[in-house]
Amino acid sequence: MGLRQLVDKIKPNFEKGGKLHAFRSVFGGFETFLFVPNHTAKSGSNIHDCFDSKRMMIMVCLALVPALLFGMYNVGYQHYLAAGMLEAATFMQVFGYGFLAVLPKIIVSYLVGLGIEFTVAQWKGEEIHEGFLVSGLIIPMIVPVGTPLWIIAVATAFAVIFAKEIYGGTGMNIFNVALVTRAFIFFAYPSVISGDAVWVADQAILGLGADIDGYTAATALGVAATSGAAPAWDMNMVWGLIPGSIGETSVVAIGLGALILLGTGVASWKTMLSVFVGGGLMAWVFNLCGSADNAVAMMPWYQHLALGGFCFGAVFMATDPVTSCRTECGKYIYGFLIGVVAIIIRVLNPGYPEGMMLAILLMNLFAPLIDYYVYQSNVSKRAKRAANSK
Amino acid sequence: MSLFSKQNMEALKTPLGMNNPVTVQVLGICSALAVTAQLKPAIVMGLSVTIIVAMANVIISLLRNTIPNRIRIIVQLVVVAALVTIVSEILKAFAYDVSVELSVYIGLIITNCILMGRLEAFAMANGPWPSFLDGIGNGLGYAKILVIVAFLRELLGSGCLFGYQVIPQWCYEHGYINNGLMLMPPAALIIVGCIIWYQRARHTELQEEQN
Repeated sequence: MGLRQLVDKIKPNFEKGGKLHAFRSVFGGFETFLFVPNHTAKSGSNIHDCFDSKRMMIMVCLALVPALLFGMYNVGYQHYLAAGMLEAATFMQVFGYGFLAVLPKIIVSYLVGLGIEFTVAQWKGEEIHEGFLVSGLIIPMIVPVGTPLWIIAVATAFAVIFAKEIYGGTGMNIFNVALVTRAFIFFAYPSVISGDAVWVADQAILGLGADIDGYTAATALGVAATSGAAPAWDMNMVWGLIPGSIGETSVVAIGLGALILLGTGVASWKTMLSVFVGGGLMAWVFNLCGSADNAVAMMPWYQHLALGGFCFGAVFMATDPVTSCRTECGKYIYGFLIGVVAIIIRVLNPGYPEGMMLAILLMNLFAPLIDYYVYQSNVSKRAKRAANSK
Repeated sequence: MSLFSKQNMEALKTPLGMNNPVTVQVLGICSALAVTAQLKPAIVMGLSVTIIVAMANVIISLLRNTIPNRIRIIVQLVVVAALVTIVSEILKAFAYDVSVELSVYIGLIITNCILMGRLEAFAMANGPWPSFLDGIGNGLGYAKILVIVAFLRELLGSGCLFGYQVIPQWCYEHGYINNGLMLMPPAALIIVGCIIWYQRARHTELQEEQN
C-alpha cells in the first residue's frame, strides 16, 4: 500500500465527526508535509506553483545538512584531538562520537519546539505551521557542544513562545527564532556559551572517546579578544577543523549549503552578498584606522569573514525570508548593515567576541523600517513622475 | 456617607485588580524594572510608595479647594517632594542597607507617574477619606506587582528568597545554573508583560475592541 493510500485511508478519522477530529491539525500538518496539498483557492485569482512553504523549509534543511554533518565530524575531531587519540581513531569513531554528542541536542530542540507549536495550533484550532522545521535544526548548530540539554530546552521554549507564538506564529515573528534561543542562552547562562571550557566535548559517550578533565580551548575569536593577539591565518579556519559552535566552523560546508539555497532560489543572493561586503569593508576600515593594540581590529578582513558565526549567519539567518527585508533595495541595506554592525561589535566590545548574533537581531528590528522607507521613496518617485508627465 | 460605603471600598479595591496602576494603566514601570531584582528592596519600595501616595492624596485633598488651578502641579510636587524626603530620611536612619540598595529610586518616587496620576485624577476631586483609601489601594496595587516580579526574579535569578537560598544545593551540583537574564531589567519587563497577558486573557473586558 502506498503512502498516499495509507493517508487517504486514515483521513476520515480526522474529518468532522471522526473520532480523532481533535487531532486534525496534527494530521493536517503531517499530510501537507508529505504531499503538496491539492486544494485550490475558491475565489479570486490566486496562482502559484507547488513550491509552498513546507517545500521551502525542506530545502533549507537540506542546505543545512553539509554544515551539520561536518559539525558532527568536527565535534569528534576536536574531542579526539584533545584526548590525544586522533591517530588511533578511525573516521567512523570520530564521526560516531560527534553524531552521538549532537543528536540529543537536535532531538531536544525539535521535541520542545514542535511540542509547543503543535499544542498551540491544536489549542487555537489552526493548521500547524512548518516554521520550526528549520529553527529546530539551526538551534543545535549554533550552540557550543558543551551546552546542557535542559538549557537548550528552556531557551527553545522561551524563543518559540516569546519570539514567535505571541507575535502570531510562523511568518509573523519580528526576530529570528533560532537567534533568540541563542541570545537567551547567551544572556541567561553566559557560562555555557562563552569562555574556553565549552567548545570541546570532554566526556566519553557510549564507550567512544575518553573523559578529559579540565580541558580548555577557546575559539579563535575568543583568543583574539582576550589574549590581545589574533591567531595566525590557517586554512583550517576555512575547512573548519577549529573549536566553535557545532555547525558554524566550516566555511566550505556552509558554502555548499549556500549553493543549494541560491540554486533553488530560496535565499536572496542580494542579502547574502551584502552581508559579506559590509563585513569585509568594515574589517578593512578597522585595519586602516583601528588601534594597533586591539588584536581584533587588526585581523585581516578574510579572517573576520571566515571565523565565528559570520558565514553561518550570513547564509542561513540573515536570509530568513520572514525577518529580513522584503524590498529588493532594502535587502542590500539590511545585509550591508548586518555585516558592518557584526564587525563593529567584535572589534569595539571586548565583552562580546562574536557580534553576528546581536547584529542580525538588531537589524531584524530595523528591517520593517528599511522596507518602509524604500517603499515610500518609490511612491514619491512615481508621484513625481506622474506630476511631471501631466 | 458611611466610611466604608460601596464607593469608598471600590476606590480601595479596584487598583488591586481591574484598575491596577502597573498592569492596566501601565504606570510606574521604570521603578518596577529597577528595584525588583530582590524581594526585600521591592517590598520596601512598594510600602514607601503606598505611604507616600496615601499621605499626598490626603494632603492634596484637604488643600484642593484652596489651590489655584494654574499652579496646582507645583503645589502637588512640593507636597510629594516633602513626603519623599521624609521617607528617604527615615529609611536612611532605620534601614540603611535597604536605602543603599534602593539608591536613587526612593528619590525618584517624585517622578513616579502613579503619584501625579492619583493626585490629578482623584485627590483634586474627592474628600480626604476616599482619597486616603484610593492612595492605599493604588500603592498596594503597585506593591503587589513589584512583589510578584521580585519573587520570580530573585527565585530564578539567584535561587534565593529574601537573601536565603531556597533552591537546594544538590540542584547546583547536578548542573542547575541560575538564570542570569532574570537579574537584568529586561526580565522584569517580560514578567510584567506576562502578568498583563494573563490578566487580559482572564478578564476579556480589559481587551480593546478589535477594529
